[in-house]
Amino acid sequence: MNTATTSTSKAPAKPAGDGLRFYGVWLVGIALLIVLPMIFSSGGSLTSFSLIGIAIVFALSYNILLGQTGLLSFGHAVHYGLGGFAACHMMNAVVSHGWPIPLPFIPLFGGLGGLAFAMIIGWVMTKRAGTVFAMISLGIGELVASSSLILRSVFGGEAGITTDRTALPKMFGWSFGPQLQVYYLIAFWLVLSAIAMYALTRTPLGRISNAVRDNPERVQFIGYDPHVVRYIAFCFAGFFAGVAGGLAAINFEIANSAYLGAIQSGLVLFSTFIGGTAYFFGPILGAILVTYLQLGLTSVTSVWQLYFGIIFIGIVMFSPGGIAGLLMMHRPLVRAGTLWTVIPSYLVAIVPTVALACGVILTIETVARYSGGDPINLFGIPFDAKSPVTWIAAAVLVVGGSFVARLTWRRIADAWDRAATVARDRGYLA
Amino acid sequence: MSAAIEVRAVEKRFGNVGIIRDLNLSVAKGERHAVIGPNGAGKSTTFNLISGHIKPTSGEVKLNGDVISGLRPFEINRRGLSRSFQVTNVFARMSVWENVRCAVLWATGHRYAFWKNVDSLPEVRERTAQILDDIHLTHRRDVPAGLLTYAEQRELEIGITIASGATVVMLDEPTAGMSHAETDRAVSLIRRLTEGKTLVIVEHDMSVVFGLADRISVLVYGHIIASGTPEEIRRDPKVKEAYLGEEAH
Repeated sequence: MNTATTSTSKAPAKPAGDGLRFYGVWLVGIALLIVLPMIFSSGGSLTSFSLIGIAIVFALSYNILLGQTGLLSFGHAVHYGLGGFAACHMMNAVVSHGWPIPLPFIPLFGGLGGLAFAMIIGWVMTKRAGTVFAMISLGIGELVASSSLILRSVFGGEAGITTDRTALPKMFGWSFGPQLQVYYLIAFWLVLSAIAMYALTRTPLGRISNAVRDNPERVQFIGYDPHVVRYIAFCFAGFFAGVAGGLAAINFEIANSAYLGAIQSGLVLFSTFIGGTAYFFGPILGAILVTYLQLGLTSVTSVWQLYFGIIFIGIVMFSPGGIAGLLMMHRPLVRAGTLWTVIPSYLVAIVPTVALACGVILTIETVARYSGGDPINLFGIPFDAKSPVTWIAAAVLVVGGSFVARLTWRRIADAWDRAATVARDRGYLA
Repeated sequence: MSAAIEVRAVEKRFGNVGIIRDLNLSVAKGERHAVIGPNGAGKSTTFNLISGHIKPTSGEVKLNGDVISGLRPFEINRRGLSRSFQVTNVFARMSVWENVRCAVLWATGHRYAFWKNVDSLPEVRERTAQILDDIHLTHRRDVPAGLLTYAEQRELEIGITIASGATVVMLDEPTAGMSHAETDRAVSLIRRLTEGKTLVIVEHDMSVVFGLADRISVLVYGHIIASGTPEEIRRDPKVKEAYLGEEAH
């Protein structure tokens, strides 16, 4: 019996380097957050970084539901938005009452706003998972979004609630007028929230949430009420979404109905899924990519939402594990030392795949701009949407690109099979 | 002393169809009790009724003298009754280690704690390691449960069931679909792990039943037609006619 030699009470064997590597990743992340604005110091990049930071907190909070507890919510922005309103009201109250609460504490009140609503509405919502939960979340989302336009005293109607972040008591002499100071405030809360949410995954509750995600029926037979587990997870998700909303309120100095709406809810689902729900860092990647694309694409093309849709469908169909899943797929190969056998097939595939992508982009832009609009300028090359030359170029790129690309993708698959077989033989892949 | 499990006059109807009729079953503490019967006799339904998965239409179920019928499955589990499933029912995306550890958490009192690091709970770690060792899956501890072989999943199923340290263990066809060698292994595993506990087992393999059970109940069309020692059951004419006659003549 090969297990007889194993000591029964021994702690799980962990290589000594693991702890170092674990803290290393976090320290590198924190260092990056500190250094980033020194490298890219323009106003535009500071704004982008701030928005990305908020989006990361929001997406991580969403993944407490989707990735960790298996709850698909279509209304997560409700907590984000209510957090934003709570933060705005709190800031105005601090100013008008002269309370000694400086700005860096405001996101906490945003979190409490998100949490309060989650605690009230959550018990009914989390009674069932799956489709029932998804539908109720959609309904609640619409309900709150429309109420925000009706209840003017709380939500300020169309105009929303405005505030002045610089009017709060100063902290360390910072007025939080300049975007740089706001960025560091967001970065601070990002680190704090990310650590807290990561720690949550390593608690008894976090692990039982995973169990509820995998098999809510079985959980009942190991002593747990899945309803309670879902409820607590929902409250945590609501709290951190509220923190993100509070940060947004500080950043924009306004909270309005757009914060709570279906678009915002869709965007966070989108970011989390594209990044990958199975790994903690997945939503971080997704939030960075989606926010960056959102900021970048809107200035380049009027049909940017179409590209979002294509990316989303592509991920759902070809890589349901998201970007994180794609990356982590390579880990056993790296460990087994067979990654290098796959790389050449990747390099070969790049050219036709990029050609195909260009063809698709050219087709979309041609169709979008045929009936008026600016001339197409793709990577510095101008195209005329009405010229047959453009159509032919697009068709050649799409047809030729997809034909050659499919061949190269098959080569990737073959190389993968060989590399994975070796990795399996060496015991790095189950 | 009250029986470990006492089922009294339980009926279960789905609409007009009576699946379980006037079910009476008594399992003494420390006894290994097998429930046998032809396909569709209601063996799994009986398990579901006792473990709280479904509620009886009438009648009552007692665990160690307390009425448990009507309670939710997790409430019954917390009182010391644990069951396995006929169709493997594990946490597929989680590792073998995580599967067993989750089953240990409630019993060790950690409940819904979100302020404790799950990796630094010594008694949880020791108990999990002990159970993995018991079910011979220590070498597979980091493999997602969904990727285990069928026999390994069945063993994990047993591991999850006994992990809470429940005093009454119910196993629903633990050796179904196993080869002879795997069945022998599983039986000695069950024998060892349920030492000093009350065991209720549903099983089709008669060699397993007669080798393991202290007492046997025969269920036919939702009604127990005989209950007794293996010797009594072997000789019972009603049983011969209704059940054994088809297979073991």
